Amino acid sequence: MNINLTLIGQAISFAIFVWFCMKYVWPPVIAALEERSKKIADGLEAANRASRDLELAQEKATQTLRESKEQAAEIIEQANKRANQMIDEAKEQARLEGERRLQAAQAEIEQEVMRAKEALRAQVSALALAGAEKILGASVDEKAHSEIVEKLAKEL
Amino acid sequence: MASENLTASSYIQHHLQNLTFGQHPDGSWGIAHGAEEAAAMGFWAIHLDTMLFSIGLGILFLWLFRKAAKKVTADTPSGLQNFVEMMVEFVDQSVKETFHGKNKVIAPLALTIFVWVFLMNTMDLVPVDFLPHLASLLGVPYFRVVPTTDLNATLGMSISVFILIVYYSIKVKGVGGFVGELTLQPFGKWMIPFNLLLEGVGLLAKPVSLALRLFGNLYAGELIFILIAILPWGIQWALSVPWAIFHILVIVLQAFIFMMLTIVYLSMAHEDH
Repeated sequence: MNINLTLIGQAISFAIFVWFCMKYVWPPVIAALEERSKKIADGLEAANRASRDLELAQEKATQTLRESKEQAAEIIEQANKRANQMIDEAKEQARLEGERRLQAAQAEIEQEVMRAKEALRAQVSALALAGAEKILGASVDEKAHSEIVEKLAKEL
Repeated sequence: MASENLTASSYIQHHLQNLTFGQHPDGSWGIAHGAEEAAAMGFWAIHLDTMLFSIGLGILFLWLFRKAAKKVTADTPSGLQNFVEMMVEFVDQSVKETFHGKNKVIAPLALTIFVWVFLMNTMDLVPVDFLPHLASLLGVPYFRVVPTTDLNATLGMSISVFILIVYYSIKVKGVGGFVGELTLQPFGKWMIPFNLLLEGVGLLAKPVSLALRLFGNLYAGELIFILIAILPWGIQWALSVPWAIFHILVIVLQAFIFMMLTIVYLSMAHEDH
């Protein structure tokens, strides 16, 4: 086993190989590896972001749905309230109208009664006058005694 | 076996002989025939087979990875890009777990070490006679196909790593800091020579152990393949197949250990004690 020039030749070729590898082999490959790992990291991040966005959108959709349900319920409630109010108003009006008519009818009836009483009174006074005339046998001066008759009729 | 007239020991020796090119003692240049001639060439010789396979496999690695890197996209990857990304991610993870500083060199360095050492180790799984026999048909006398069984190859890498360790130690801690680390611990300033001895051994042990661990594992593995190849051809498979399957683990593990230790050593170089 001789140590000879081969050793130096080997060292030189080794140095050249290392230089070549350092210059032309290592950088492009490692750059590609780094770029790929960056791409993968970006992709994962994008996926994360997308799922987060989706979650947000779902949350928003649920909220909107809930709000619209609430609004709808409110509107229905208002409508119901309004309807009840209208019914109450109509009832009240009807009641007032009925009362008014009843009063008018009662007033008319009272008037009618008064009128009947008046007529009756006139007739009774005439009748009483005629009866008194008959009883006294003489004609009573209607004018002279009308005061008495009037008084009499009022007492009836 | 390569040929019938070879004895077992010469067969093994033949298989452990690198194709060495250098200057013979008589002044002529050429291929060494035999271990003695190769040793006689001294330092200024070169193992052509080791260089060929290591550089060839290094270029294969870079070509393959560059091909994927040019067409790389951040979209769904496919085929080659998947494989390359897997390797890069694995190495990147290992570096990030161990090294916490900022350094643009360490991760590509670790990737190069891991894949290159793995590819060189994988040559161990090619049947031991296959490529040398093919080479001998072409007139090449010796051919060792596993570069990591050549101590020169592993030392070449570990010494490069050692230079980086020293460089980053000085860059991060300054010359004073680095020298202080070597001399002022573990026993304080009154024991400087002793500290220097301890820390110096510790520092030098890093590249040596790095190189010897890889070399030893692969050398032993190859030797066992060669020994199995001496057996009669009918029963070779019964041993070589289990050993090769076990060796799949070894070649990956050794590449991983070399890479991990490099990262650990360099991260130690970046840390203040």
